[in-house]
Order: sequence, then C-alpha cells, then structure tokens
Amino acid sequence: MGSTWTSDDVRRLARLARLELTDQEIALFTRQLSDILAYAEIVQQADTTGVPPTVHPLDAAAAWRDDAPRTSLDRRTLLDQAPDGAADVGLFRVPKVL
Amino acid sequence: MPAPPTSAVALRDAIAAGTLTAEAACRQALDRIAAADGPLGAFLHVDREGAIARARALDAQGTPAGPLHGVPIAIKDTILVRGMPATAGSRILEGYRPPYDAIAVERLVGAGAVVLGKTNCDEFAMGSSTEHSAYGPTRNPWARDRTPGGSSGGSAAAVAAGFIPIAVGSDTGGSVRQPAGCCGVVGIKPTYGRVPRYGLIAFASSLDQIGPIAGSVQDAALALEVMSGPDPRDATSARRPVEPLAASLDGRAAGLRIGVPRDLLETGIDTDVAAAFERSLEVFAALGAVVRTVGLPHSRFAIPVYYLVATAEASSNLARYDGVRYGQRAPGVATLEAMYERTRSAGFGAEVKRRIMLGTYVLSEGYYDAYYLKAQQVRTLIRRDYDVAFADVDVIATPTSPTAAFKLGERNADPIQMYLADVFTVSAPLSGLPAISVPCGMTREGLPVGLHLTGRAWDEVTLLRAADAYARASR
Repeated sequence: MGSTWTSDDVRRLARLARLELTDQEIALFTRQLSDILAYAEIVQQADTTGVPPTVHPLDAAAAWRDDAPRTSLDRRTLLDQAPDGAADVGLFRVPKVL
Repeated sequence: MPAPPTSAVALRDAIAAGTLTAEAACRQALDRIAAADGPLGAFLHVDREGAIARARALDAQGTPAGPLHGVPIAIKDTILVRGMPATAGSRILEGYRPPYDAIAVERLVGAGAVVLGKTNCDEFAMGSSTEHSAYGPTRNPWARDRTPGGSSGGSAAAVAAGFIPIAVGSDTGGSVRQPAGCCGVVGIKPTYGRVPRYGLIAFASSLDQIGPIAGSVQDAALALEVMSGPDPRDATSARRPVEPLAASLDGRAAGLRIGVPRDLLETGIDTDVAAAFERSLEVFAALGAVVRTVGLPHSRFAIPVYYLVATAEASSNLARYDGVRYGQRAPGVATLEAMYERTRSAGFGAEVKRRIMLGTYVLSEGYYDAYYLKAQQVRTLIRRDYDVAFADVDVIATPTSPTAAFKLGERNADPIQMYLADVFTVSAPLSGLPAISVPCGMTREGLPVGLHLTGRAWDEVTLLRAADAYARASR
C-alpha cells in the first residue's frame, strides 16, 4: 500500500474495519490518511536497532487473580440494553448469518 | 468570565459545620447549570431529581460519608454512571444506560460526592476540541467562539464556568490536561494504573487513565486521592499504596529541581504562551526551585508514535460496537455482516472512522512491523529519555499546549493541525507518567495559558506539591 493511498486501498481497509463508506468519505479519507501516514513517516528516522517494543508503559508484572466463581451482572438487565435482546430466552437476536 | 467556583473543600467544610446543606449546594449548582449551560453545552445529561434525592439522603445520614460529603460533581460521558446515559459523544451508544458504576464513580460517590450529570466530549475521546461530539460542540466559557479543548471539554468548561468544583475526565493523549489548560482550570493525568479503568469506555487501553479536573490543585488532589488504588476488576490497576495527596500540599518548592526540555520549545509556540511559561519558571525560581535544561530527544516523535499506537488500540477496542449488545443498530438489514457495516457507518463520526481506518492499517499484515512495532520501539526510547532526565530533576515543565484555545472550526479541515494541539501532552501517557496542567496566566486576548508538569511514575505527591506551590505563589 505504501504511504500514498488509493481509493481501492481505502475500500479494502474499510471492509477489514467493517465500515461502509460513502464515495465522499472514500475520497476524503484517501487524501487525509495519505497525509497522516506521510507525517508519521518521521518515526522511521529513529534508530531502534536492538530496542525492545513497549508492551506495558511501566513494565508492570502480570496480575493474577484466584480462579474463583463470583457474581456477575444480571443477564436480563444486560439483555434489556441490547437493540434486539430476547431477555425471556436469554439471547441476543441478530439478522440471518446464512 | 464567571466567578471561580466555590471549592469542594469549602463546600464540604460548610456542610460539616452546618452552615450549608448538601441539598442547598446541589440545588445551587443545578440552578447555575440551568441558567448558563445553554450557550456553552458542557452537559449532555443532567439528573436533577436523582441528584437532589441523593443530596437529601446525605443530609439525613448525620455523619459525613467521606471527604467529598455533599460536593456536586460531573462525569465525562466516556465514564459509566449507573442508570445515566453513557454515549461517549457517539450516536452508536445513543439510548444506552449502563447497569453499573465505574470504579472511579463508585469511589467518589462513596466519599459523599453527588453526581449531577454527564459532560460532553469528543466522540470516544478522539479529539482536542470537543467539536467531534455527535451532540454538538462545547464552547469555551472564556470566549464562546473558541473551543474548550478536548476531549474532556465539557468537564473543563463545567468547572471553568463555575457550575461545579470538580469534574472527572479521561486522558489518553492529553484529554484532561489540554482542555484544563484551555479553560484555565487544573487537570491531572495520574500514573498509568493509579485509577482503575473498569467502567471507562476504552479508547487506547495502554494509555487511557481517568483523572480529575478542578478549580484548584487542592480539590483535584482530593478527588484523585479518592479515585486511586487497585481493584481486582482492572488487572492493570497497580497494587501501590495511595499516599495522602491533599494533606501533602504545603506550598513549598525550595530545592525542587525543574527540568525544561528547551529543544522541544524552539518552534511553533505562540509568543504569549511562551512568555507566560517563562514567567512561571521565574515564579518557581523565586520560590527557591532550581530550573535546568534537560533533553527529551525522542519526544519529537511523540505525536506520530501516539497516533500509530492509539489508533491501533482503538481499532481493536471499537470493534465491540456492532449493533448486537448495546446502543444502536441500523434497521432493516438482511444479513449479519451488512448489519455490522451499516450500524458502524451510521453510528460513528468522521474522526472515529478515520482513526479506526488508520489503526486497522497499522495492524494489518505487511505493515505491522513498519508502523506499529516501530512506533512501540520508539515509545521505549521516549520512555528511556524520561528515565535519564529524572536522574537530575524532579519534574519536567513545558506549556500545556503550543497555543491558547483555538476558534471553533479552525482546525477541522486538517486532522494533523488538530493533533498538534497535543504535542506537549502525549509523551507522559506514552511513558505511563503522571502529569498536571495548572493555569499560568493569560494571553493578551484574555485566554488562559496552562503550565504542564510531568512527574516520576507513582510520585504524584512531588508533582502536585510543585503545582500547588506554583499556584499559590502566582495567585
């Protein structure tokens, strides 16, 4: 893809990101994302030979907890927040998959 | 400009002394909001009845609930308050009412605070002006043709307008500190892991922290102290003792060593901002502090590193908004995949889409090493610079932003110009470090300027003492 984007690149990315973009958005993002990536190219100037990537901002050790059962939020309350929740049977309804 | 808010400490003490009730304090704040928030747009939701009922219950219980007993506060809309809307400034979460409180909210309420409502923000905290809210912008109380900064612009404006003494924000690249600077109030981003993130709507999980915005360092310290400390519901919350913050503010800065990264301040700073910053260093020197130059050579990469790392994390975190479990779903779509795409396209605004696209790209096969991995390596270099600098100094000072609050619409056409508003604030979260913005004078146009101090990891005490000493001396 390089640092200059084409509208086809943007369309392909939009599919990966599960976004349906209008032609105007495709045109705008093609230009803006090219500009932003061109600006971000400056990071290539930093010499990172042998430098480990940051995996935690303060190198904290992993936290462990007991594998013990505990109360969670009420299922009905959560399903009530869903656009198409079926609280009576405990399911989220979605359009047909097949 | 309205009168400064009555401080949280003063309200609490008056309630404890019996000269004020929590209900009266609550009603006064609600009346201020009702009278003056229309043209500002700081609030997205005000829970008048709920707040009054809560204040009455506090008055009825006799003994103080805690150090914020009866203090009215507001919460940024990226942070969950049980039963109140939580949109994060996005259409996609319209109608969502979370069934639980964020830990930070739970603790503030436990300490006696009364939550009046939810404040406006850039959509999913992505922005530096609060113009990227789906519910319209917030305006700066000092000049209504200007933005309050962002993304916690509603919280900063609500404090600056004198509605409430304390509002809570969230900070990923500067979203608490930059609006605090633009609005002439105090904003703190704590050390990463200091305040649990459970109940904070995630933007970039390795950077996000909840922090207070307040009219004084003392009030901000009090709120931070209440919100701090580990909780098993957030595995990244640190098991570190919480030191008394508010009680450690003694106004002293003698012997404090302040580092100034001169190389970063050479270009792009407004002359009034630069002058206010230099005057603040003179105030510190008069207090007996030692000001010396430090190098942060890799911080010149901080903005691009931030936008590569934060967008990558955002593209992953925002995958959860798919129209299945909460918020909005696009109607009348026949297949699941089309429902996802239609829902997200209708629900997200342009800046959020832009960042999801960029983040998807930097994580995609063939580009991961060149962008994401490279950015995380440069992030290590940025962090190491601080380790070196903090061997010689106790805090590092810069302006909070290169300019004072900019005009509405001024930077919307060019995302990179908007991103540059965060040039002095992104390095601290990339390095996990605590940082604060305190007011340090005005431009000739009468706009507030912020002084930004960064401290050592876990050393909020030194950071807040320095900020408080400056604030007292410059009063």
